[in-house]
Amino acid sequence: MPKPQRHNSESLRIHADVLVLGGGPSAAWAAVAAAESGAKVVLADKGYLGTSGATAPSNTGTWCVPPGDNRHAVVDRRWQRTGELADQRWMLRCVDTAYQNLLRLSEWGYPFPSEDDGRLYIANLRGPDYMRFMRRRVLMAGVTVLDHHPALELLSDGDAVVGAAGVARQVGHDWRVDAGAVVLATGGCAFRERILGGTGLTGDGYLMAAEAGASLSGMEFTGKYTLAPYGSSLNKGLPFRWASFHREDGSPILGPTGEPLRNGIGDREEELARALIDGPVYARLDQAEPALQGWLRQGQPNCFVTYDRAGIDPFSELFRITLRAEGTVRGTGGIDIVSDDCATGVPGLYVAGDAASREMMTGAVSGGGAVNSSWALASGWWAGKGASTHARRWTGKAFRREARPLGQAGLRPSAFARADIAAAEVIEAVRGEVTPLDGNFFRTGERLEKSAERLESVWRDVRGHLQGEGADRLRSREAASIAASGRWSVAAALHRAESRGMHRRTDLPGRNTALAHRLVITGVDDFRIAGAPGRLAELAS
Amino acid sequence: MIEIVSATRCVECDICVKVCPTNVFDATENGAPVIARQEDCQTCFLCEIYCPTDALYVAEFAEGPTGITEAQAEARQLFGSYARALGWKRGKAGGSEFDPTHRIRVAQ
Ligand SMILES: Cc1cc2nc3c(=O)[nH]c(=O)nc-3n(C[C@H](O)[C@H](O)[C@H](O)COP(=O)(O)OP(=O)(O)OC[C@H]3O[C@@H](n4cnc5c(N)ncnc54)[C@H](O)[C@@H]3O)c2cc1C
Ligand code: SF4
Ligand code: SF4
Repeated sequence: MPKPQRHNSESLRIHADVLVLGGGPSAAWAAVAAAESGAKVVLADKGYLGTSGATAPSNTGTWCVPPGDNRHAVVDRRWQRTGELADQRWMLRCVDTAYQNLLRLSEWGYPFPSEDDGRLYIANLRGPDYMRFMRRRVLMAGVTVLDHHPALELLSDGDAVVGAAGVARQVGHDWRVDAGAVVLATGGCAFRERILGGTGLTGDGYLMAAEAGASLSGMEFTGKYTLAPYGSSLNKGLPFRWASFHREDGSPILGPTGEPLRNGIGDREEELARALIDGPVYARLDQAEPALQGWLRQGQPNCFVTYDRAGIDPFSELFRITLRAEGTVRGTGGIDIVSDDCATGVPGLYVAGDAASREMMTGAVSGGGAVNSSWALASGWWAGKGASTHARRWTGKAFRREARPLGQAGLRPSAFARADIAAAEVIEAVRGEVTPLDGNFFRTGERLEKSAERLESVWRDVRGHLQGEGADRLRSREAASIAASGRWSVAAALHRAESRGMHRRTDLPGRNTALAHRLVITGVDDFRIAGAPGRLAELAS
Repeated sequence: MIEIVSATRCVECDICVKVCPTNVFDATENGAPVIARQEDCQTCFLCEIYCPTDALYVAEFAEGPTGITEAQAEARQLFGSYARALGWKRGKAGGSEFDPTHRIRVAQ
């Protein structure tokens, strides 16, 4: 018999200097940084700090560039691949802070593996171990951790963000934290694709930030997909670096030069996407030498758990594969940053990790595989420091004035609640527009126009009529956040009348030099999209 | 997806209820936790490695249950296999110092 839920009518209310929302690496680093500078910190996560988010179930390579003259060359080489949208100053400051934090991890005793010469190899962080370790550091720093406390909305006093409110989903009561500053570290939007870490990544931070008046950018860059065994959650491309690929009739899938494809990652995802639109595709990891097979098995154990449980020997047998949509998680879009301390332009609101736009780091290409985890290490640090500095300046003020909750869609319908508008159906409708390979991996103006129309109609229903009760408010809020994210993404994709990086317009295959700048979106119900040429130059000065 | 909570292996510590990031389990009054929201499972396998007695089994298919039984998982020695591959034991972390991923990245 299930335990009776402690339906506590008394809600939890806490005061803090800094409130961090999220429980992935960027939240953990923000909390540690803020606590280190003397702030009283509360961290509220939708899930459990240690297992939630995209890093915990994975094995993340970082972008680890030691100091020295070579840094500029490494950054310049990477910049060449970003579709001209990244900014070398940000890339340099990110590798610098990320490197310092990797050294911090080693000083704290994180069990890194060693190179053959005995030196620690600090460029890779095994997800479950790393996040468990970070949980302990966060607690040791004196942070109050609230697990299973998803935020539903931000609070504002009219001038600044002064806290957030949500639901304690395992006990059934509401919570509210009044704070001098808030860091949004709520991750990306995976559009409910069944990928590692995907369930809780619903773009909640984007909607909360936009309601507070912050802007978003890079939302059109949601064309990143990663290979996975068919039906699995294992969106990890690395093993497919050493594979061959075949159609149903056994014929090999060919690369751009007409040779059979032997590497299915990076740009080669394009041939596989085309083949998958035509029909089922099978792979075999037959390009891996025996030593490499052992390392893959030991270094990517969750991939092999999947094969073992399905009874497949992936090195000798063909198995069916799929491309998993990754939304903004391995895409680049998110909340626009306006200053070096990761401020959003709304006083009191800071952003870190995948919740932020990563365009200045990785432009129009994916930052998965190295850049994103270094960005979480660095931006978390800056946002935590920035928030605590802001909180110090605002001490006292935040609690004297009336705080107003800002949440709209999914919480406070603009018309009247309708029982027939359900969260699950809203999510399915959005998925139909933003996840198919034929439509989102490969895009056309015509198809995007149709998607935009359908998403407008979904949004009208959501905004006018979607409302949850009690703990179900989380479900309706997640659906609203997914709908908002999809709507922004499609609108930005339509606006970007060219192809660039992961934004592939088959009707407009080339780059348009007039669009070599970021697209910034402001607003929720009525939003506007503005090109931001010269914006990064402004930030630099 | 999460499919099995083995009542024979479970010691009713409710750790899985706490650590599952998607809140799939409910604790019960007098027994093992139950899978209350299977549809929310993100097939991350993390509950398995936090369980001190290897009492949980997450099948590889993420879109819906496969119907595997406890006897089948037991016969194929699947309980605890992810924890063993990582080097975690009885719910405690371990093994990251032996991760050979840097060799894979060099080969790449
Ligand atoms: C399979 C996979 C492999 C990857 N491998 C690499 C790699 O090798 N290298 C690399 O650089 N990057 C990699 N990435 C990307 C990397 O994992 C992310 O960039 C990183 O996790 C971002 O950290 P974060 O803290 O910003 O977000 P996340 O780790 O995603 O955490 C977001 C957190 O926000 C919480 N949250 C969401 N909504 C709310 C709410 N309403 N209230 C409170 N909390 C909320 C969630 O519970 C979660 O804890 C990979 C991603 C995946 C999916
Ligand atoms: S963690 Fe394992 S032992 Fe503890 S309650 Fe869950 S299944 Fe039972
Ligand atoms: S696999 Fe992950 S999401 Fe599923 S029950 Fe276990 S911990 Fe929860």
